[in-house]
Amino acid sequence: MEKLKIVETASYIPPKTVTNDDLSQLMETSDEWITARTGIKERHISLGENTSDLCTKVASQLLQQSSWPVETLDLIIVATMSPDSFTPATAAIVQGNIGAVNAVSFDVSAACSGFVYGLDVVSKFMTGRQGMRAMLIGGEVLSKVVDWTERGTAVLFGDGAAGVLLENNSADSYLLASVLKTYGDQHEKLTAGQTQPLTEFPPQTSTVIHPFTMNGQAVYKFATHAVPETIIAACQQAGVTVDQIDHFVLHQANARIVKAIAKRMKQPLEKFPLNIAKYGNTSGASEPILLDELVKNGQIKRGQLLVLSGFGGGLTVGTQIIKY
Amino acid sequence: MTEQEILQKVQDIVVDELDVEASDVTLTADIKDDLDADSLDVFEIMNELEDELDLKLEASEDVRTIQDVVNYVKKELDAQAK
Repeated sequence: MEKLKIVETASYIPPKTVTNDDLSQLMETSDEWITARTGIKERHISLGENTSDLCTKVASQLLQQSSWPVETLDLIIVATMSPDSFTPATAAIVQGNIGAVNAVSFDVSAACSGFVYGLDVVSKFMTGRQGMRAMLIGGEVLSKVVDWTERGTAVLFGDGAAGVLLENNSADSYLLASVLKTYGDQHEKLTAGQTQPLTEFPPQTSTVIHPFTMNGQAVYKFATHAVPETIIAACQQAGVTVDQIDHFVLHQANARIVKAIAKRMKQPLEKFPLNIAKYGNTSGASEPILLDELVKNGQIKRGQLLVLSGFGGGLTVGTQIIKY
Repeated sequence: MTEQEILQKVQDIVVDELDVEASDVTLTADIKDDLDADSLDVFEIMNELEDELDLKLEASEDVRTIQDVVNYVKKELDAQAK
């Protein structure tokens, strides 16, 4: 059990909205088809703003809400699968933009599990460091790695960013359990941004970055099995029952997946909040966006038990239990 | 496991998953066209069969009717027994 308090939450959603009807003008699909299979009605697309821009807006908002002097930040982690570049890390750009000169800053690459993987890393940094302060942001501009002619994947994804301020300085908020697992033998089931090595020198072709590919059935099967397994393992680690959990804040990949997980866990769907209709799958940003909404609208209250669970490319899965 | 027992298992899962009447889940029923399932429903039906029968199943385009599902499960169970 680690002392770890989520002090503030914030999010930034780019203003451009793309509805299912908009997509049906670009490809052979329809609002009815997308809604029935995914629960998605619209998504937001970033125009002219890259991942670090979205994350910087979240970072500035977090600092404004908390009144923390920026130099008191010790750590900044950005969870993203769509960074601005191979290097520098998006977190380093954010650190520079906000002037957090004392914050060690790097990215975590674990796709849709990035936020929970990042939270695990933060908690390990904080162990034994009373008063340590960290910023964890999940940010994605997935629209730049989507093939907008491929209806099987293009309808799924959206852009956005959200984050939290965390502090090891509380006697009433804890990280009760953290269970992470990686299934690298299934790494080809969900890919984006694959690069190719040169095959000749000097090269005759320019660099190509490949868009999303996904084996839908494999990912569905993985999510509906691995998420319940890690939730049960995390509950055992925390010494709580599944029934005691107040909110299951799951990665918003697909409303049907979330509903299947709720059914498998034999828990009421009301404990599994959904906002995918508005944002689509925003990968590493989806859990903090949902968390921020639930905190801001008062559904999540201090003292409640939260499950945070992410799953996706890697394949990766992670579940944490937090006493908020 | 007999073919009849497999059919019973498939019927139970399909009724629960697709919210249809057991009488509609006949051997000749096409899962997508007659029982109104979409691709995710088929994933979930295969998921449930995998869990209950401890098998590995793929949702292939060749599996269209309830009879196809029963045959597929029987084939995998027989292969597992060898």
